[in-house]
Amino acid sequence: MDKNRITLFLQFCVALLAVACLVPPRTAGAQDPPRVVEISAKRFGFTPNQVTLKNGETVTLRLTSEDVTHGFFARPLKIDQEIEPGRTTELTVTPQAAGVYTVICHHFCGVNHGNMRMVITVTE
Amino acid sequence: MKQINRRRFMKFTGLSLGIGTLYRVIPALGADSALGGFLADMRRSNGESMSPFTFIQLSDSHVGFNGPPNPTGTAAFERAVEVINGLPQTPELVLFTGDLTHDSEDKDVHAARMAQFRKIAGGIKAPKLRFVPGEHDAGLDGGILFRENFGETHYSFDHRGIHFVGLDNVSRAKPEVGPEQLGWLRNDLARFPRTTPIVVFTHRPLFDLKPDWEWFTSDGDDVMNTLAPYENVTVLYGHIHRDHELDDGHIHHYAARSLIFAFPDPAVAPEKKPLPFDKEHPFKNLGLRTVADGGPKTKPQHALAVNNVELTLREYGGVNGIQQLLRKPSF
Ligand SMILES: [Cu+2]
Repeated sequence: MDKNRITLFLQFCVALLAVACLVPPRTAGAQDPPRVVEISAKRFGFTPNQVTLKNGETVTLRLTSEDVTHGFFARPLKIDQEIEPGRTTELTVTPQAAGVYTVICHHFCGVNHGNMRMVITVTE
Repeated sequence: MKQINRRRFMKFTGLSLGIGTLYRVIPALGADSALGGFLADMRRSNGESMSPFTFIQLSDSHVGFNGPPNPTGTAAFERAVEVINGLPQTPELVLFTGDLTHDSEDKDVHAARMAQFRKIAGGIKAPKLRFVPGEHDAGLDGGILFRENFGETHYSFDHRGIHFVGLDNVSRAKPEVGPEQLGWLRNDLARFPRTTPIVVFTHRPLFDLKPDWEWFTSDGDDVMNTLAPYENVTVLYGHIHRDHELDDGHIHHYAARSLIFAFPDPAVAPEKKPLPFDKEHPFKNLGLRTVADGGPKTKPQHALAVNNVELTLREYGGVNGIQQLLRKPSF
């Protein structure tokens, strides 16, 4: 191994050490950004129309609308949100109980508004 | 006010006519001096004292709707008008609790549906018709079309000693009344003594009946709290296209059937889907229905007895202590 290579190797080791010191150890979950779930609304449905979350897991719902203002509402999950077109609405949710929850659009958006809904399944 | 010892009753009897509900308001004691004193008090505080009259609630005619759950369009609504006009006693007042029309993206089409609604409703031979919007009337345009036709979406008026309050919980697009209207309601009620009989009529239920099906009003609790000091409050609403009664311990809530299609019972139905149309019984589960009310021998007739409701204004003990009860008579 020539001198240059050894120097390079040592520099690499120092760099690695520096990085290791700078980045705190990743403890389970605490520092992880919440999982992001993207949901888009369009008259008269949501895509996807079924999402599975884990009980107690904090997730970010990233909501968008492709057309008009919609609503995003589920009383048991404490979700009561409007989704305006042209911007992204973020919502943090931590389900507190397993179950199957219906989310409805509760901002009147047209003739089939009453059928605009999706399901969030929360598993143990 | 004069002292009285006996219980005093003042009744509203409500007959579910099938086409909606007919309420009959009866001061049960007739010309009694103590009652006379009470009525005089009512007149002073309320501008008007109570006297007998009947009124009807109609709901959810959805003029313009045409589809598998009801291919007959306005047939039930038109039949309801005929039934009302054939009543032995013309009701003095007809309240419409929203979804007068079915909405359309096309403003002209929606306006034409509203005109058709007015034409049919205009055939009712009652001196006073009052309306509040449903989300299908006012959800898309914030109530513009409704106001062009009927004026403000919330308002109040007095009729024979009862204070009627029309509330709008649809035109903000979300199921809510909103802070401005709540402020208005507080002011509107402030001048009344707590014994004044109040009938609130609105489109959506003011309580969480089935939030998953959008059967609720977000700030319904605020409305209830505003009404809480008043002892004689009844809420009439529509939206759910089926019968429902709730006595929350203080305020009595009644839903009217629809004149277009019915929804199932949310306690047992897996999803919110209209009940299928029955060709043999086109008015089944609608506001218009035919029932037998006196046992198997009775000929079916237009329902004058099912779900009879009695709204009893009872007892005043010298301190305006009038309470009102809604209950089903036993028969
Ligand atoms: Cu929507």
